[in-house]
Amino acid sequence: MVARSVVVIGGGTGGTLVANRLRRVLDTGDEIVVIDADDRHLYQPGLLFVPFGLSSPSRLVRSRAAQLRAGIEFRQARVDQVDLDADRVILADGTRVPYDALVVASGAQLLPEETEGLTGEGWGERVHTFYSLPGASTLAGALAGFDGGRLVVDLVDLPVKCPVAPLEFCFLADWYLRRRGVRDRVELTYVTSLDAAFTKATCNRELSGLLERKGVEVVTEFATGHVDGKGGRLVGYDDRQVGFDLAVVVPLHGGADYVGRSAGLGDALGFVPTDEATLAAKVKPNVFVIGDATDLRASKAGSVAHFEGEVLVHNLRRHLAGQEPDARFDGHTNCFIETGFDKALLIDFNYDLDPVPGRFPSRVGLPLLRESRLNHLGKLAFEQLYWHAILPGRGIPFVGTEMPRVGKRMDLAESTPELTGGTR
Amino acid sequence: MTTATYAGTEVAVDGEGFFTDPAQWTEAMAPEIGAAEGIEDLSDRHWQVVKFIRHEYEETGAAPNVRALAKTSGVAIKELYQLFPKGPAKVAAKIAGVPKPRGCI
Repeated sequence: MVARSVVVIGGGTGGTLVANRLRRVLDTGDEIVVIDADDRHLYQPGLLFVPFGLSSPSRLVRSRAAQLRAGIEFRQARVDQVDLDADRVILADGTRVPYDALVVASGAQLLPEETEGLTGEGWGERVHTFYSLPGASTLAGALAGFDGGRLVVDLVDLPVKCPVAPLEFCFLADWYLRRRGVRDRVELTYVTSLDAAFTKATCNRELSGLLERKGVEVVTEFATGHVDGKGGRLVGYDDRQVGFDLAVVVPLHGGADYVGRSAGLGDALGFVPTDEATLAAKVKPNVFVIGDATDLRASKAGSVAHFEGEVLVHNLRRHLAGQEPDARFDGHTNCFIETGFDKALLIDFNYDLDPVPGRFPSRVGLPLLRESRLNHLGKLAFEQLYWHAILPGRGIPFVGTEMPRVGKRMDLAESTPELTGGTR
Repeated sequence: MTTATYAGTEVAVDGEGFFTDPAQWTEAMAPEIGAAEGIEDLSDRHWQVVKFIRHEYEETGAAPNVRALAKTSGVAIKELYQLFPKGPAKVAAKIAGVPKPRGCI
């Protein structure tokens, strides 16, 4: 057998777990190379906790190379572009890295400069984000000194990583401000481009109820056109305004820059058109895509990358063996939603089934779509699971790749799988 | 299945008025759909966006969202909101007779 070469662009959640899974199943002579511009692997779910002093930046970052099994080459380099016709990756220094199969795992990047004024006056002072490590750290300081006024959380537009995170931020801000005894002096407002707090109907009812009980005002269908940090206001394209003393903005997201420079690879936003079942790129059968880098209608979340991993590795192996892909990803997504006061909700869904109540992963298990302390403990336990089970490419105990139906109240499933809202 | 009548022809639409069968759409229907959305006269710029959405739908099977529209249609985002104040991607998709742009979560 001739040795084959698999190149993985991106050493984040998806790239790391795919490389580790591949190393276990490919021949020892086959080469696996992971390329990333830096050696800092960030535990992104931890960013939410940093502004509230519940996690620290140093705890969230580890070496990317150290998460890879022996026999995987880690190459620290910037990617200039992928030459799809020649089956090779071209690095910024001109080096050409040929591949038999390519895995695009380069995630999504924040594009705050695409929103007028966002990175202008007041950025890092009264306008913040918690979607980056420096942003979350700076926000921790600003929140600690915030004793009253208008706190606005703004979701500019989808797609974003972890679409529930801005809601979790609202819940935790309510808890944090109450604990500090200043909640009654703060007006807390959630501003979103969506036509409801959340896009999935059953879930939206539960989450909207929670927002109301916690006194969070919700402004929907707000298309943020301009952030005026000096004047303290968000201005919509329809000229509506929302005033703030402190703004926490989730910026627009796009794919990695090299995707845009690679002819035929990405869409207008730099995400890679992907077959939603096989996870092969639509442009060429020897290119596979995982995690936030795809254009799929699944959430941009670590759990999705985890569930995609098994399917992708199976199909990539078949491709190398000259066979058609036959494993199918069902869109399985699993999210803990932190709701404050040491509680959390859990939702579990896929392309076709919206979140429903019940238990997970079977009749005995964590409560779904209901606040509980158990779910909060699950969210905290996930951090260890992430480094020691998910990244090494092992399974999660009792949780399979395909979404489980046992334990779910299927009688409460919404009949319309079509997503509503979200796009203006 | 709901129906609506534009330019004297009955067409199938969803609960929000988006075409479920884009093949039923003709250019003659666009002004009536636009008027129902509060756009009295479709200008050349409106048509540029509507035709671009038809083209994108035929190429990719989905209507573009507002960011993709601003990057690829030749009409900048501010002008898109001036042309379609109630939401460029949704309203223009409705006028173009294609299904609602899918949200992403």
